[in-house]
Amino acid sequence: MGRRIRTDLQEGTLLSASPSSPLHLAVALDGTGWHPASWREPVARPRELFTAGYWADLVAEAERGLLDFVTIEDGLGPQSSHFLDPDDRTDQVRGRLDAVLVASRVAPLTHHIGLVPTVVATHTEPFHLSKAIATLDYVSTGRAGLRVQVTARPSEAAHFGRRTIPRIEDYHAPATQELVTELFDEAADYVEVVRRLWDSWEDDAEIRDVATGRFVDRDKLHYIDFEGRHFSVKGPSITPRPPQGQPLVTALAHDTVPYRLLARSTDVGYVTPHDTGQARAIIAEVRAEQERAGRAAEPLHLFADLVVFLDDEPAEAAARRDRLDALAGEEYRSDARVFAGSPAQLADLLQDFQASGLTGFRLRPAVAGHDLPAITRGLVPELQRRGAFRRAYEADTLRGLLGLPRPANRYAAV
Amino acid sequence: MSKPQKQIHLAAHFPGVNNTTVWSDPRAGSHIEFSSFAHFARTAERAKFDFLFLAEGLRLREQGGKIYDLDVVGRPDTFTILAALAAVTERLGLTGTINSTFNEPYEVARQFASLDHLSDGRSAWNVVTSWDAFTGENFRRGGYLPQEERYARAKEFLATTGELFDSWQGDEIVADRSTGTFLQDAKAGAFVHEGRQFDIQGRFNVPRSPQGRPVIFQAGDSDEGREFAASSADAIFSRYAALESGQAFYTDVKSRLAKYGRRADQLLILPAASFVLGDTDAEAAEIAKEVRRSQVSGATALKHLEFVWNRDLSGYDPEGPLPDIDPDLGENHIARGRAQVRMYRDPLATAREWRALAEANNWSIRDLVIETGNRQNFIGSPETVANTINEYVQADAADGFILVPHITPGGLDAFADQVVPLLQEQGVFRTEYEGTTLRDHLGLAHPDETGGTERVAS
Repeated sequence: MGRRIRTDLQEGTLLSASPSSPLHLAVALDGTGWHPASWREPVARPRELFTAGYWADLVAEAERGLLDFVTIEDGLGPQSSHFLDPDDRTDQVRGRLDAVLVASRVAPLTHHIGLVPTVVATHTEPFHLSKAIATLDYVSTGRAGLRVQVTARPSEAAHFGRRTIPRIEDYHAPATQELVTELFDEAADYVEVVRRLWDSWEDDAEIRDVATGRFVDRDKLHYIDFEGRHFSVKGPSITPRPPQGQPLVTALAHDTVPYRLLARSTDVGYVTPHDTGQARAIIAEVRAEQERAGRAAEPLHLFADLVVFLDDEPAEAAARRDRLDALAGEEYRSDARVFAGSPAQLADLLQDFQASGLTGFRLRPAVAGHDLPAITRGLVPELQRRGAFRRAYEADTLRGLLGLPRPANRYAAV
Repeated sequence: MSKPQKQIHLAAHFPGVNNTTVWSDPRAGSHIEFSSFAHFARTAERAKFDFLFLAEGLRLREQGGKIYDLDVVGRPDTFTILAALAAVTERLGLTGTINSTFNEPYEVARQFASLDHLSDGRSAWNVVTSWDAFTGENFRRGGYLPQEERYARAKEFLATTGELFDSWQGDEIVADRSTGTFLQDAKAGAFVHEGRQFDIQGRFNVPRSPQGRPVIFQAGDSDEGREFAASSADAIFSRYAALESGQAFYTDVKSRLAKYGRRADQLLILPAASFVLGDTDAEAAEIAKEVRRSQVSGATALKHLEFVWNRDLSGYDPEGPLPDIDPDLGENHIARGRAQVRMYRDPLATAREWRALAEANNWSIRDLVIETGNRQNFIGSPETVANTINEYVQADAADGFILVPHITPGGLDAFADQVVPLLQEQGVFRTEYEGTTLRDHLGLAHPDETGGTERVAS
């Protein structure tokens, strides 16, 4: 099972898998689900969204299904139906808890599943975030990751008051491309700082040498001396190197500039192909960016994001989608392909996509209380029957589940 | 039971990155693994403590231009570890030290409101402020803040987070499926803050948390710090655990409350206190002596002397006499990332005094540092320690203590097993938690019941 992945690693290529090899499954958690009317379903628990128990139950369900990891959405402002501006809607879920803290709160309650909170690079401190994810890795004994995101919302910049971000009027205008490039370049710098800080302590820096009275060997603590356009960070971290060495770094991307971030900085990229042709094209583009970044030898998983309405009968799923759309007053649209159907149909689709070179999927349950259990109790057994998904957790760390080795420390003397 | 006795508040400080913590003890465990934090927190909760306390430092300490390697080095992220501890405890308060200089109000408010939700109302914030460019080298802002502005920044920071916490009233989420109304107020979370330190506006995205706001701690000792506490804090993490200095501090700070329209019971004084237990007082005194020797190795003694001398003393023999050269009176540059360096305001006088002490007592450098350093605050049998703590609280030297064990993670166990039951027998410490939130444990009103913690004008 893990052997094929391992072989790909040794070849130093973009991870790819044949249709018969196991695929990786993650679930993206966001409120009561990804459909804006999901909170109105009887199975939803909208009044519990701000309790630990709600999140603990969702993650426990995902772990029951042996999923590789969950991601947790976040943002530095309220959710909005507009891409750039806040709205004043009262008919959708608004408000959320800090995703890193949600992940940490559920970590001691789970044992195998990876925990990948969203973090926003644009206004936050890479020093704080690096130690936060390192700590999540300690708390979960090696199951931490992050999903890095940027924000171009002027309203969110105003929450910090440190810089203004011009409002994007035309996505194709040169000024827009410049802004987007700047935000993603900053995110790449941010990940670079976060990663260097994780390595700023060598694994054996703590020596507790009673004879000399030294707790650490300071030759094994390293200044990172990063200097970039938006921040300079000296280091070392205040937190020792986390159990995985380098927790998982992931990002979602839809276009060339963000693909470059995947290629330069991440271990797992989420992409949004709507068919296998698009999947192949995206993979080729990311692969080219990876070579350009000099990271062709680094393992990089590419997962497709899919919104799922999952029921035993395909017609039921479609009817549920229609009913939710009617409640919302509009058809649900997404950057990702929206699937409504049965577990067998979804398994077929995933395997088709997998054949185009994707190694896994991040499924966005339309209704968390319905579609997450449908994934763990419907889709997962279907994939297991096909020999396409694990029957037990085979590794103790998130990197291990994804077939990624524990990286050597960039600062350690060889 | 002739007059009503004050109830004692007790808290547990996770052993820190200074020489109080004896890492060389064979019983000393990990300072970073979660199991150590979980053990420590569970012990505190078993003993019905009010809360656990975490300190913070955002840059590794240096001395003589090198990372200081003699004490414990390395600690977790405060928010993240507290959120995880909320999963392994049910009632224990969770107090984190968070810097107002190298953070932004929107993010800190989100994190505390989230922690308060995720712990069902057990969060507290020890607001600290720093200004040094040394720490700033790890952050976007760099070393931007003049020393004299740090309290202005801290005050406005705290006031601003208060506005963010209060931007949700607590009744906005109705989640009415039939009408499709999730929020009954489209403007939930709206805020505008225009001040000298912060000019921000928009929507706060975390609904009101169980405690409304985290409990606010303050730790600074300067006149400005005390005033800040009197105006804005719910509790003070103080350094005066002795009877007389504690009473003086207690009286001073409590007398500052009236001008902010606050009552004496609205600000708790909780000094940090170390302790050593033994079967008898004599045994405890012996152990305490050994602990102090472990806390001050020869190498540590030289480094501590450098705080005063402000120069490299590595060539001196710690078992020999004090240096006969005088301290370097220039700007203190030898040690960075520490607060205690500023404690020696007249290094020449301190050096003269120490030389005289050493000569009179025939002390080596190491002896001197041990003898002039902090003794443990409470040393004795469980009975003696329980009685002393109770006496100090009843005499208004404190409202309780934040205990600082010297061993991780088991340093609290004996206190929990031997001292706490005695305080409970005396009727001065709870035998069960009566409420669920940290405000309940501390006897502090919910902000909605009092109209909010008094705002600081910004």
